[in-house]
Amino acid sequence: MTKAGSTLAAVGAPVRAVRLPRRRGVELSLLVLAVLLSVYGYCAVGLARSGTVPPGAVGYGAGLGVLALFAHIAVRIRAPYADPLPLPIGVLLNGLGLVLIYRLDLETPGDRAAPTQLVWSTLGVGLFIGVVLVLRDHRVLQRYAYVCVVAALVLLALPILFPAVNGARIWIRVAGFSIQPGEFAKVLLAVFFAAYLAANRSALAYAGRRLWRLQFPTGRVLGPVLTIWLVSVGVLVLERDLGTSLLFFGLFVVLLYVATGRTGWIAVGLLLAVLGAVAVGRLEPHVGGRIEDWLHPFATIEAGRGPNQLAQSLFAFAAGGVLGTGLGLGHSILIGFATKSDFILATAGEELGLAGLAAIVLLYALLVERGYRAGLALREPFGRLLAVGLASLIALQVFVIAGGVTGLIPLTGMAMPFLAQGGSSVVTNWAIVALLVRVSDSARSQYDGREAP
Amino acid sequence: MTEYGPLPDGGRPTARYIRHARAFCALLLAALLANAARVQVVQSREYDGNPANRRATIARYQQPRGNILVDGRPVTGSVDTGEQLRYERSYPDGPLYAPVTGFASQRYGTTFLEHAEDGVLSGTDPLLRPLPLWSDVSRARGRGGDVVTTLDRRAQEAAYRGLAGRKGAVAAVEPATGRILALVTSPSYDPAELSGNSEAVVSAWARLNHDPEKPMLNRAVRQTYPPGSTFKVVTAAAALDAGVVTDLDERTDSPDPYRLPGTTTRLTNEGEGCADASVRDAFEWSCNTVFAKLGVDVGARDMVATAQAFGFNDTEVRIPFSVAPSTFDTRVDRAQLALSSIGQYNTRATPLQMAMVAAAVADGGVLRPPYLVERTTRHGGAPLSGSGARPGRQVMRPATAARLAELMAGVVREGTGTNAAIPGVLVGGKTGTAQHGVGNTGVPYAWFVSWAQSEDAPEPEVAVAVVVEDAAADRGEISGGGTAAPIAREVMRAVLAG
Repeated sequence: MTKAGSTLAAVGAPVRAVRLPRRRGVELSLLVLAVLLSVYGYCAVGLARSGTVPPGAVGYGAGLGVLALFAHIAVRIRAPYADPLPLPIGVLLNGLGLVLIYRLDLETPGDRAAPTQLVWSTLGVGLFIGVVLVLRDHRVLQRYAYVCVVAALVLLALPILFPAVNGARIWIRVAGFSIQPGEFAKVLLAVFFAAYLAANRSALAYAGRRLWRLQFPTGRVLGPVLTIWLVSVGVLVLERDLGTSLLFFGLFVVLLYVATGRTGWIAVGLLLAVLGAVAVGRLEPHVGGRIEDWLHPFATIEAGRGPNQLAQSLFAFAAGGVLGTGLGLGHSILIGFATKSDFILATAGEELGLAGLAAIVLLYALLVERGYRAGLALREPFGRLLAVGLASLIALQVFVIAGGVTGLIPLTGMAMPFLAQGGSSVVTNWAIVALLVRVSDSARSQYDGREAP
Repeated sequence: MTEYGPLPDGGRPTARYIRHARAFCALLLAALLANAARVQVVQSREYDGNPANRRATIARYQQPRGNILVDGRPVTGSVDTGEQLRYERSYPDGPLYAPVTGFASQRYGTTFLEHAEDGVLSGTDPLLRPLPLWSDVSRARGRGGDVVTTLDRRAQEAAYRGLAGRKGAVAAVEPATGRILALVTSPSYDPAELSGNSEAVVSAWARLNHDPEKPMLNRAVRQTYPPGSTFKVVTAAAALDAGVVTDLDERTDSPDPYRLPGTTTRLTNEGEGCADASVRDAFEWSCNTVFAKLGVDVGARDMVATAQAFGFNDTEVRIPFSVAPSTFDTRVDRAQLALSSIGQYNTRATPLQMAMVAAAVADGGVLRPPYLVERTTRHGGAPLSGSGARPGRQVMRPATAARLAELMAGVVREGTGTNAAIPGVLVGGKTGTAQHGVGNTGVPYAWFVSWAQSEDAPEPEVAVAVVVEDAAADRGEISGGGTAAPIAREVMRAVLAG
């Protein structure tokens, strides 16, 4: 109290007098908890599989702890008012992902992914620290909106030059590493959308001609919208990536609605999405097959060809039941080659049960909610839209991939944020958390009490 | 601060729309959880039960299977293969106990005790769950329990040794309880060959199924044979109970040869001196003519009633695996009744059934349902379920049983069954040589049913039935006594020694 009081006295400005508390101690406690939970999971896997605590437990725990500590220090220095939740949530999900990947590594002795994932996680946290330290004000990004969109389109187009992997053309392979540029593109696009819509929202909302009850914007303003829609469908067709196009499109529609408040945009967006999906589902056999699998997950069993990946995933979730089999004791390896990436949630569902799965979904929900909260607290349109965009990105991606592996919607090859194996994904998600920390710091430090969020 | 004017909210996107978008995201995540609950709780049983889901199979073999015990020692084991289906069944003495254990194959399922007691052995039996309600939630699987059999190791070994690979079977029971002491079939096979999931198992399966000797056929309980003259025990019981015969030594009015009623077929005997022979002599020397006529004199109704009391035509016998029903035809004319009464026509019996007949004679006319499982226990020996004994029922008058015992003792003392005699032991028996095949051209089946009581024992301790399919081609009545009786003798000796 005395410390807070002295700060107030030193600054002396009435606006700053209602700044929200810093809560850095809360963040540190939660980080310790997140690291301990991850180490506990790691030990649980070892105990279940071999009856002993795995030899690397202390080392990995210390490694994760040091990463978390550095990130925390960076936040303390450059974003002291930031929301205390996003960083611990990121560490916990990343740590849990490492545990699950390590656990799945035990089933495939020839293919160890956990060490690589640890390297990528380190890079991700490094990027987080870099963003928090270097980006003093998120509004700077507004200036680079067009750089972002060009970079995003280039990244999206790159994999077309590379051969398809497992039917989808979304990877590029450089020096033994495979990178999924679409992952990076999504953050760049979120920045661009936020900047574009912040600049043009009045034109989108009110300009243009009126047709019956719909207000259409001018072609100059509408042009980029249609372009983005065509690009997203183009990505789908050329790269057979239903998930990424759905993600981009969903992100765009959400931001458009938030920027203009026009429900009509949602209707138009849904209509375009359905048209695009139907057309592509018809024309593209890879995507059509996914839809068939979703509608009839057990068709391959009835045809005598054995269960497909989706059926195996459903079996895994069902086997978990309410409480799960316990870490290391499930059989999600039956799902096949994508267990560590697309289907890692099935392992969580089998070994941690509905209880564990609900906890994971709630962690994501908390992260999303914290993003929205920062958006609501900010006072300028770009920041608001950026926060909403990043939060929606997480929610949409979790929905698309988790809905896919549990049979709610057609399956798309996407990575569960933080959990799944995949360097580009982990690095990107740390960048998202870094931006959320940054905007929440702005929101909470400039909070002036004139409008309650 | 107008909400609806141009560029409201000071040029910022309004909080209202952000809240809508937030609600939309919340809705998406809630839909995920609802769907996860559907998959993991509501429909989980359905997914678990899908035949393409290997988890149930993996779980089944994830832990060692409980054991089947004979004389307190396991006759089964589990081998950790380290594979996905981790534990395979092993059978240290496979062929000897195959008709009791059956096999537990990862590929071809289970049979006999492995099948009937699978819940206990694999650990799925609800009794093995420490906390049933909690186990439903946690999906815990109990450690497999053990099955303690009633078998007598030495009797089993003696029977198997006695058959020496010839086609046939032995069943031995304890008359006072119905405990099965030996259950042997020959030739046998090693169930361990079928345990795993490998190519070797597939070829072993094909080989065993195509083997003309039918090693996987459980001849002791799943094969019925015409019982031949051993069935005369039942006919004599019916005659005594019905009062058709009152004095065993009185001369009967029976011609030799005997013309089957209503036909021109003449029934003959293998030996001499059967014309008008007394029941005692006819029993000792196995006169077909006397017993065929006796059956006709008793009548179909009483013959059927007695045969069914002994267990014929009962399709529900479980020990706990099912036993093939032995048959006595209920719709016969008098000629057929005559043949049925000497164990031919449609009369067929499993070796276990004939052991039950001998046991009922030995136990004062009380038939105890046979059983093979003494009790089941948890891993470690704590009892799970008790004895398989069920109450016996009186199938003939005690006096009738006593006279039959006297007749059977005579067969061993001075009749066709002298090969079964054991010095210092009261042994009763009945030989049989069953004709079969088209025109009775097949090599006859040699039968022997018997019981034994040591000098100081209050009651007979063992009843045995032996059948040998390919007895030496001596077609005389002697083959039952010559081939099957020594096997029965060794089994009885083994039980009495134990």
